[in-house]
Amino acid sequence: MQSPFRGLGGLAKRIIPCLDVKDGRTVKGVNFVDLRDAGDPVELAWQYSQQGADELVFLDITATHEKRKTTIEMVKSVARQINIPFTIGGGISELKDAEALLNAGADKISINSAAVRRPQLINELADAFGVQFVVLAVDTKNLPNGDFVHLNGGRIATELQTQHWIKEAEERGTGEILLTSMDKDGTKSGFDNILLKQINEMVSVPVIASGGAGSSQDFIDVFQKTNIDAALAASVFHYGEILIPELKALLKNNQIEIRI
Amino acid sequence: MTGIVNYGAGNIFSLTAALERLNLEYGMINSESDFDLYERIIIPGVGHAGAAMKKLIDTGLVPKIKSLTKPVLGICVGMQLITDFSEEGNSEMLGIIPVKTLKFKEDISKKVPHMGWNQIFVQNENLLFAGIADETYFYFVHSYYIEFNSKFTISYCNYGTKFSASIKKNNFYGVQFHPEKSGEAGEKLLQNFAHLKI
Repeated sequence: MQSPFRGLGGLAKRIIPCLDVKDGRTVKGVNFVDLRDAGDPVELAWQYSQQGADELVFLDITATHEKRKTTIEMVKSVARQINIPFTIGGGISELKDAEALLNAGADKISINSAAVRRPQLINELADAFGVQFVVLAVDTKNLPNGDFVHLNGGRIATELQTQHWIKEAEERGTGEILLTSMDKDGTKSGFDNILLKQINEMVSVPVIASGGAGSSQDFIDVFQKTNIDAALAASVFHYGEILIPELKALLKNNQIEIRI
Repeated sequence: MTGIVNYGAGNIFSLTAALERLNLEYGMINSESDFDLYERIIIPGVGHAGAAMKKLIDTGLVPKIKSLTKPVLGICVGMQLITDFSEEGNSEMLGIIPVKTLKFKEDISKKVPHMGWNQIFVQNENLLFAGIADETYFYFVHSYYIEFNSKFTISYCNYGTKFSASIKKNNFYGVQFHPEKSGEAGEKLLQNFAHLKI
């Protein structure tokens, strides 16, 4: 059966667990059985790849420059042992940061505040490594006068209008948008489907939905209502509240194109 | 043993990591004589096809590559290199397989890059896809594609247009997707390649 919600020509919608890492260790609690070491990002990544995750995002919140070497080692370990693509984000502000991650085996990098501070970084990364390597992460909040880009996990407001910023970033050469609704993040009340649909229809690069996943129904809704390319979540996966094989089977039953 | 052409076009860490996971021995090819050390050859590649072609020409290895009779596998941009021509930078390629590399036309319903897991359909039976069923998902990430050709396409994929997921002519193979990132199916394909003999 042809579904209106399938990706064009068989391209599957992607399910992406997000892991927060600090100094090479995952920091948010996880509640998996059969884990020797719940803080080991490689072991978690392997578990998720076995469960059918389509891709992984590692958000590196390592504070100091010295400890970034630990991150590079972690990225290498992930690339050695995991057979699905992964993105690493957090603290990337220069070409050499990106290059080190590329050479360590990262498929993509995500940039956020550094791109807001210096938009030309997007052009430079795209020229050096190709648009497919550059993911723009955008944290957005809805304010009375529109949607605005926020930094530092939503703590710092900017004057950048979200839609304008995303269009600019697309023109500069970002290959994908990771859009997190700060209004929805942590609420478990569902994705921000209205905003996601608007953004998804505005750009011609893939868009990843983030923020608000609480139930499997939220994933069905985000794909059916916005036709977005991918959906990302953290805690619902880490705590086993949503199991990826069951989620993917459910999505498939709802005629959403999914890789089983 | 597999030799990887080392011409500086993109990172090959993930590829070598996949070969190591599969216990497939490999080495790097930096000079013409290195080709003699290996039974089969991989041409990797990410990024800009025109720029990759320039780098490959700079190595001086092009005549040797064209003359190879061992199994050769081009991956992603490495596959585009073995075609005649790429619209990326309007560049002449190696001209080993007479097909063209074209740009996906962007529109809102079709995102470019074509990024993610898509299904392949076997067009011409071949050993590279032995044990890999129709409709298997592989991981793609590319903005340019190789046109479908009933003779040289060995598996195809649909993304707005039907294009070559893989091509073959004689001992030369190319895959547009990334087998090193395509889960178990990709590992199966790498193993199949490692067992090809000419």
